Amino acid sequence: MSNEAVLHGVASSHDAHGDHHHEHHHHETFISKYVFSMDHKMIAKQFLITGMVWAVIGGLMSVLFRLQLGYPDQSFPWLEDLLGKWWAEKGHITAQGYYALVTTHGTVLVFFVLTAGLSGTFANFLIPLQVGARDMASPFMNMLSYWFFFAASIVMLSSIFVETGPFSGGWTAYPPLSALGDASPGSKTGMDLWLVAMALFVVSSLLGGLNYIATILNMRTKGMSMTRLPLTIWALFFTAVLGVLSFPVLLSGFILLIFDRNFGTSFYLSDIFVNGVGALPNEGGSAILFQHLFWFLGHPEVYIILLPAMGMVSEILSVNARKPIFGYMAMIGSLFAIAILAFLVWAHHMFVTGLNPFLGSIFVLLTLLIAVPSAIKVFNWLTTLWRGNIRFTPAMMFAIGFVSLFISGGLTGIWLGNSALDIHLHDTYFVIAHFHIVMGVASMFGMFAGVYHWYPKMYGRYLNNTLGYIHFWITMIGAYLIFWPMHYEGLAGMPRRYYDYSIWESFKNFVELNRFISTVAMIVFAVQILFLLNFFYSIWKGRKVTSQNPWGSNTLEWTAPIHPGHGNWPGEIPEVHRWAYDYGKDGREFIPQTEAVGADESHH
Amino acid sequence: MSTATTATTKWWNGGKSPFNVEYGKLMMWYFLMSDAFTFGAFLISYGTIRFSTNGWPDPNVVFQSYPLKSATSGPAPLVFVSIMTFILIISSVTMVQAVKAGHEMKKNKVVMNLIWTIIGGAAFLSCQAWEWNHLHHEGAWWGHNPFLNSDLTQSSTNFTNYFFTITGFHGFHVFSGVIINIVMLIMTLNNSFEKRGHYLMIEKAGLYWHFVDLVWVFVFTCFYLI
Repeated sequence: MSNEAVLHGVASSHDAHGDHHHEHHHHETFISKYVFSMDHKMIAKQFLITGMVWAVIGGLMSVLFRLQLGYPDQSFPWLEDLLGKWWAEKGHITAQGYYALVTTHGTVLVFFVLTAGLSGTFANFLIPLQVGARDMASPFMNMLSYWFFFAASIVMLSSIFVETGPFSGGWTAYPPLSALGDASPGSKTGMDLWLVAMALFVVSSLLGGLNYIATILNMRTKGMSMTRLPLTIWALFFTAVLGVLSFPVLLSGFILLIFDRNFGTSFYLSDIFVNGVGALPNEGGSAILFQHLFWFLGHPEVYIILLPAMGMVSEILSVNARKPIFGYMAMIGSLFAIAILAFLVWAHHMFVTGLNPFLGSIFVLLTLLIAVPSAIKVFNWLTTLWRGNIRFTPAMMFAIGFVSLFISGGLTGIWLGNSALDIHLHDTYFVIAHFHIVMGVASMFGMFAGVYHWYPKMYGRYLNNTLGYIHFWITMIGAYLIFWPMHYEGLAGMPRRYYDYSIWESFKNFVELNRFISTVAMIVFAVQILFLLNFFYSIWKGRKVTSQNPWGSNTLEWTAPIHPGHGNWPGEIPEVHRWAYDYGKDGREFIPQTEAVGADESHH
Repeated sequence: MSTATTATTKWWNGGKSPFNVEYGKLMMWYFLMSDAFTFGAFLISYGTIRFSTNGWPDPNVVFQSYPLKSATSGPAPLVFVSIMTFILIISSVTMVQAVKAGHEMKKNKVVMNLIWTIIGGAAFLSCQAWEWNHLHHEGAWWGHNPFLNSDLTQSSTNFTNYFFTITGFHGFHVFSGVIINIVMLIMTLNNSFEKRGHYLMIEKAGLYWHFVDLVWVFVFTCFYLI
């Protein structure tokens, strides 16, 4: 059949291309090598560096609104010089500026940094290298994926500069605030640009996700059965599936929102009175419908953010504890359980929006069920560390830090998953503390762990270790100092998204604490700049990698040359004979996946 | 037992596609799942709003016209849309024929059937254009609903809002499908597939085309029958 012809045709032509490639280099221009590159490793770096730019912008925004929260009655004239009147009149962050900052910070960090920057980088970089493929299934679509993300970035960035400001109704973009241009300045052009940027982002995510799935399923090298895959690949696989199935629902929600905004429909609108405009004619819509559509993406999205970090942490913990990962199959099973449950819990974000309490109780049950696979993962990580011969590399520090943060933030998830407790806790700083620790900082730690661990493979040089340790300790301690106190504020009922707490009798007592949090946030932000300096300095001046496998790791990427070309392996793609976690076996420190199983080898 | 295991091909052990399909087809299947979620979200939204609303227009009253209908002839509920649906389903049949001809490497048969499929798709789109235009003349559009509920009370605009959005989104898919099929036709005529030795692209285009037809069955049911 034609299918056979293609399968064999593709396989042979692909290999031939790869071999040819390494014998004599194709002429590559600057454009084809660094800009419109189709090499998965270069695309990964593009995602990483674009993500870093967004992390700086998004992080700087949090510093600015923390400045407002920490010092609500002080004036910083330089702010007006820097940002202009719209954002910081008379040296105060304005209310509209504050909401714009909070909204853009959320959107940018969730989607542009922790989705594109995290899985865009590591799925691209690690999938072909760790499954043993020359490149992604479709390098062209892979390139498009990055450039759609780039276009989304440009549109989102431009929204910051429009006259009425960027969207300012919260990253969840609930209507009617997001649907009515008259509702707030940010709901005008800023919101249109926000929607365009997000639509482009969905396309980018879809193109990337399809590629990741097809590559993992179809392009594993000989011997690389699914249960020999490193856990990074399993995690990235489930991440891609989650993205492919949940982003389209968000797109539907956004299309309906675009019609509500521009074409006079009432999908989300009913019985609305706008100050200064009067009663609107829209009848029959439901604002809660948007929340369902949004959170059907929104909840899987937190796992899209978290799973890649989990996968990388599993790999890094095992490599640096010099022990096999504990409970490999349980790790896959729990990833699978999380991926399924991710689609069944979205309404726990909506307990107090008028959801039927009976329905709420079902979502409580399903939400609390996530604690089971999460706990399996945590105990497996701890057991992997247990009596390990641990090498405390910066990557390992961040991986251990991830486990700590995931436990701390995960436990508060059990509180918030209860619809009764949620009546008190919803929309307070308790929620902020919860999701920043468990999703934001933890995933950021996973990303840092990945960058420190795979930097030698990416650039053929090491990051500076001393700076790495400073980066880790200040970020780790700082993260807890920032978010731990927020739990207390939240329990005391302090709501999120308020502009100034010092004028509220009930929250006045937190002024000092807010100032403390703001101070720590600024220090932590400064340390991230230190990390960036380390990153960019080391690309050119870092200590050179001299051995092919600097961490003594089993996975395939370390069998490629120190500076792999497009096609990854000169000559044949290595064959795989064992799983990725033969550490400390039969008296040997590590046994790479490419080594054949010996006749007298013990079973794991 | 163990000899039996070694005798069978180990599909999942790497070095080959576990489903014995080329990567593009795998991507197409995942894309269609993704797209199914898009349409699913639309139709579930529609269902939610419709069943939380008191009263809804009767499709037999709304969709009872056809082109060149004389003023004296009586209503013909759902006749026109049934013809549309029939055309689209027939275009799926010709697509199957094109894919089959591709397997048999019969270029001329592929060309014939692709042309019929393109004509079918274009005819469906024309019918939809006529229907939209007709409804627009009756005063229906996004944000405007001239029709009364079946119990003759005032209807919300969400009837037309959802109708135009979802049938429009589906029509956009049909339009993309027609474009894809035209590209396939040109590639076939240029012998691109003959040179490759297989017509797999036609198969992938076929998957998309059948999916779009299948979605229409749901759209048709939700808007015209229920």
